[in-house]
Amino acid sequence: MATLPRTRPRNRRLVSRNTVAGWSFILPNFVGFAVLTLLPVVVLFYVAFTNWNVFGVAEWTGTANFRRMWGDASFWTALRNTVYYTVFHIPLTLAASLGLALLLNRKLRGVRFFRTVAFFPYITSIVAIAIVWNQLFSPEYGPINALLGAVGVDNPPGWTASSTWSMPAVIIVGTWRYMGYYMLLFLAGLQTIPAQLYEAAETDGATPWQRFVHVTLPGLRHTTFFVTVLLTIESFKVFDLILVMTGGGPGQSTLVLSQYIYQKGFEENQFGYASAVSVVLFAICFSITIIQFMVNKRRNS
Amino acid sequence: MTATDLSLPAPAVAAPDNRSAPGRPVRSRGWRLVGYAALVLAAAGLLLPFYWMVVASLKTNSDVFTIPITWLPDPVVWRNYLDIWQRSDMTTWLGNTLLLSVVVTLLQVLTGSFAAYGFARVRFPGRNALFLAYVGTIAVPWQSYMIPQFILMSKLQLSNTLWSIVALQAFGAFGVFLMKQFYETIPEELSESARVDGLSEFGIYRRIMLPLSRPALASLALLTFVTTWNDYLGPLIYLRSPDLRTIQLGLNTFISQYNAEYALIMTGSVLSVLPVAVIFLVGQRYFIEGIATTGLKG
Repeated sequence: MATLPRTRPRNRRLVSRNTVAGWSFILPNFVGFAVLTLLPVVVLFYVAFTNWNVFGVAEWTGTANFRRMWGDASFWTALRNTVYYTVFHIPLTLAASLGLALLLNRKLRGVRFFRTVAFFPYITSIVAIAIVWNQLFSPEYGPINALLGAVGVDNPPGWTASSTWSMPAVIIVGTWRYMGYYMLLFLAGLQTIPAQLYEAAETDGATPWQRFVHVTLPGLRHTTFFVTVLLTIESFKVFDLILVMTGGGPGQSTLVLSQYIYQKGFEENQFGYASAVSVVLFAICFSITIIQFMVNKRRNS
Repeated sequence: MTATDLSLPAPAVAAPDNRSAPGRPVRSRGWRLVGYAALVLAAAGLLLPFYWMVVASLKTNSDVFTIPITWLPDPVVWRNYLDIWQRSDMTTWLGNTLLLSVVVTLLQVLTGSFAAYGFARVRFPGRNALFLAYVGTIAVPWQSYMIPQFILMSKLQLSNTLWSIVALQAFGAFGVFLMKQFYETIPEELSESARVDGLSEFGIYRRIMLPLSRPALASLALLTFVTTWNDYLGPLIYLRSPDLRTIQLGLNTFISQYNAEYALIMTGSVLSVLPVAVIFLVGQRYFIEGIATTGLKG
């Protein structure tokens, strides 16, 4: 697109005029973006190798932070919990949002109303959501356990009060909150699949399931890929929901990476060590995104 | 159904059409019933927390948790909605949040649409690399650079001021991305002929692009407003003084202070959600188009 002729003077003047124009459009936003996003990302890789503390006195400590992390049981717990959340949140949300999208992609009454309803959790603040769900999950008096009791579950789980069930509770809420958002992306994807494909499959006598596997899923490949990338990043950075719902507890049962960074950095003022943990989070998200892009590229070719 | 769909203006964005109309017809009556049953069930599941929130906010405190569960408030305690203002600093919290959301939205829309024009319409060396830097940061979670960002913000003397939140939210890559996507759907010939007529680049932006991109601007404005309103982590890290608290931060401190006031906590939650709910219901179309355009959130 941007082929830039270099030789002729008239063009050179045009290029320099465009450069000035282009930069003056971008600059107001870029100044803020550079100072508050780009610079911190670069600085992160410096701070992670220092013992930066609250007084801003920093010494270069080489890989000390990373060696400490290697032997830090809490770090591994946080990483394990983050992976736990991710492995369940991604497939559950994929299935739920795709299911909702397929349901809504039909000529049924009330579809528009339902789309509004499904999107609503996504625009509601995490704090309000966490508070309500905590009441719903209340082990003794909450409606969820009351419903479970009504269908014959004798020992309903303790949810956020139990270290076994707190993570499932968080995963349920996470999925509930985000499925409407990803449903929208799937709906957009579904409507790019030509109706003729379905008609052709039907004349060939394909069952609904075969149509789903051979027409819908291939047609949604790009959307699914994109949604998976977003979901992965979103799962690995999960934080505020857990912070308000469980505070990482009981014990460390829902402590996740982002929260560990927060604890080390803002509660214990160990900016250096917290940055080292941040580098791990950064590396995970970045490499997973790149791997997903490469896999997708290979599959396309 | 079709009538309501037709009343929707055509999506101005080149995003895939996400309305229900072109959906596939459902043939058999049996499947249709299954479809409705699934819809009703899913809607109930999705709405239950909101129902609980509103109902509990209208109960006396001792009625919130009962066995068996009472699904309707009896008596209806409207007083909760008066008491909450005396028991908390709701006015301050809402005021701060409103101020922040408005300022951030204005800045984000202005700088974002401005920069997007530079990326979409002006050709200059290094433009694509620069845009890649913008897009690249979308894959980087904020949580991973919040520490160095906090250090920088403290050096700039911004922490514990409302400005920190403005700085945090107003220059995101999201707005640039959304607006650029939109501008690229506007035919290049329009700006070409304006250029021939002697309009400057700024003139083209101001006179042609801005008026044409009103729907996208609305999407960006609404999404930014809601994101800023709902933000909890930014205020948690940056705003230490009680008089700077936003609604999310305030609500959470209220819970830890009055953790047994179940009904009042729900009243506060309803009040914190209400403005966003109204904005969403009014501007729903723009939310959905904005998200379909970028597939990204703020």
